[in-house]
Amino acid sequence: MTDFLTATARGADEVLLGFATALRAAGVPVTQDRTRAYLEAVALVGIGDRAATRSAGRATLCATPEDLERHDRIFEEWFHRDISTPVSRPRATQSRASAVLLPDDQDAGAGGPDQDDDPVRAAASIAEVLRHRDVATLEPAERARLAAMFAGLHVRLPTRPTARRTPHRRGDVDASRTLRASLRRMGEPAEIHRRRRTTRPRRVVLLVDVSGSMSGYADALLRLAHRVVNAGPGVEVFSLGTRLTHLTRALKLRDPDRAIAAAGDVVPDWSGGTRLGETLRAFVDRHGRRGMARGAVVVIFSDGWERGDTGLLAEQVDRLHRLAHKVVWVNPHRGKDGYVPVQQGIVAVLPHVDAFLAGHSLATFDALLEEVGR
Amino acid sequence: MDTRVADLARRLEETGYLCDEELATVLFLSLEMSRPLLLEGEPGTGKTALAEAIAESLDRPLIRLQCYEGIDATQALYDWDFPRQILHLRALEALSDATKGGVEGVEEAEKSLYDERFLLARPVLAALQQSPAVLLIDEVDRADDEFEAFLLEVLSTFQVTIPELGTVQAATPPTVVLTSNRTRELHDALKRRCLYHWIDHPGLEREVAIVRSRAPEVSATLARQVVDVVQQLRSDADLLKPPGVAETLDWARALHHLGTADLDVETAARTLGALVKYRDDAERVRAALDRMLAR
Repeated sequence: MTDFLTATARGADEVLLGFATALRAAGVPVTQDRTRAYLEAVALVGIGDRAATRSAGRATLCATPEDLERHDRIFEEWFHRDISTPVSRPRATQSRASAVLLPDDQDAGAGGPDQDDDPVRAAASIAEVLRHRDVATLEPAERARLAAMFAGLHVRLPTRPTARRTPHRRGDVDASRTLRASLRRMGEPAEIHRRRRTTRPRRVVLLVDVSGSMSGYADALLRLAHRVVNAGPGVEVFSLGTRLTHLTRALKLRDPDRAIAAAGDVVPDWSGGTRLGETLRAFVDRHGRRGMARGAVVVIFSDGWERGDTGLLAEQVDRLHRLAHKVVWVNPHRGKDGYVPVQQGIVAVLPHVDAFLAGHSLATFDALLEEVGR
Repeated sequence: MDTRVADLARRLEETGYLCDEELATVLFLSLEMSRPLLLEGEPGTGKTALAEAIAESLDRPLIRLQCYEGIDATQALYDWDFPRQILHLRALEALSDATKGGVEGVEEAEKSLYDERFLLARPVLAALQQSPAVLLIDEVDRADDEFEAFLLEVLSTFQVTIPELGTVQAATPPTVVLTSNRTRELHDALKRRCLYHWIDHPGLEREVAIVRSRAPEVSATLARQVVDVVQQLRSDADLLKPPGVAETLDWARALHHLGTADLDVETAARTLGALVKYRDDAERVRAALDRMLAR
């Protein structure tokens, strides 16, 4: 920090502004007024105080816990460097930081100032290709990149209109409230109160087939489930295989890798056989009928390979369909060339589902989330 | 640490609120730059308590605005006391039978209706009138988007215009503290006007110090044992709702009331209701207690 003390005031401002720029490149939405507040704050606490400079940046430039994390990372990188070369170095940090975080905001990055940076553009197109690749055929390195891209999925949870009406500025006239208010004012006519229906989150239930034939997709599907679980309240996840396992708690862990590992510990029948009909019956009996599936959006991820009786499977999906608001069947093979739904299991359930979707790549997951949120 | 920041931290400590260096710095900045302070963090980490401590240490009144779904400007700013206005009007009516006032009389009467004594000052207006004050806008994430836009306006100008009376402006802008539990993300426009601070659960030593200062009746050994267990639960037990500092205090006080000097598995299990509030969590904690207290 002695470097700072020797730096001229102008030099110090340049370093701070450069830091704000690097932070913006790393995906923190730093605006002009935030930068101004930052300079003001650092001037107040004194740039010689490293901890206070860090606190000032955290308070003025950040708006979410994720921002704080990024801030600390860039802060370490930026303020450890020799500040005699503040002009030549920022470029490197900038492109590196944006490359790391590219999957998060590829839309924003496309039109940004980094467009001329070849590595960045290359990374963008790789990301675009990866979005459409079948997740079962990926190399380990690609798998890791794709895992980071799940954070960029936009999850919209479905809502339902509530039965009760709540006071609102627009809507129907709330006669009783208006009258009560008027009575309070000794019968003088007063403001007209209004009310309307609001929306509540609709429950979402994800049933993920983890049997042997789905093993290539299990990791990606659980990552998707992790995103949805952490997007809001009222999401439940179960794994289907030879038995039914409740995974919601394991997937509630914030960190995706830890959550996937925790889910792996809970599921006793990874890559085993499938008794879809029986496990679905267990779900409907034990959870679905008790309210979990009632009025919910139920998504079943399975290729429909059924070892048991397909009649039982059809019956259970039909029961589920009658309970739920919507049943969506996602088959990873559906998106492949030359796929025809001829497997007995699929043939049996198709009449009872509201939508039959593909689910083998990130792009199809996006389409699925749109269907779920509709 | 800057001496002014250290001084602020010491003054907060005198009120019983122990804060770390970063929080003290941010608070110092908030006071110096007169910007609102936006506090986010898990429930029970002392967001509201901080506002109370600020008010006490600065010796300013604390005015609290609790947000909820559907809150609107009349609950936050001001309202006219309609029944009293009507009463006033009726009183005038009774008198005017005798005097028979003309047009001026009517205007006079109308004017007298919008007098300051009929104005109900709600928290935001009260904070402007009683300046300097500390305004706590609690759980702002519960309010609607429209209310946020309204706050935005007040927090940037610190003045309120009442059409019938004129503009009320604070002599000194109030110290504003907003808290949010992040049940939804606040608008960036509001966040931009504030200094942001994320309050985390405190570390072992600090939490022991907090228990000692907030619940001085609890013995040092018990405080340390309690905090030790709570810290382990937070990091390892993977609970639906990890206990906050408020729960730690509750639990320590509960154990103290039972006359516990040394924490043992049985008493801990009996008083668990003070610490965890979900059945699933209670079962997990019970399973974990044996392991933790077997020393």
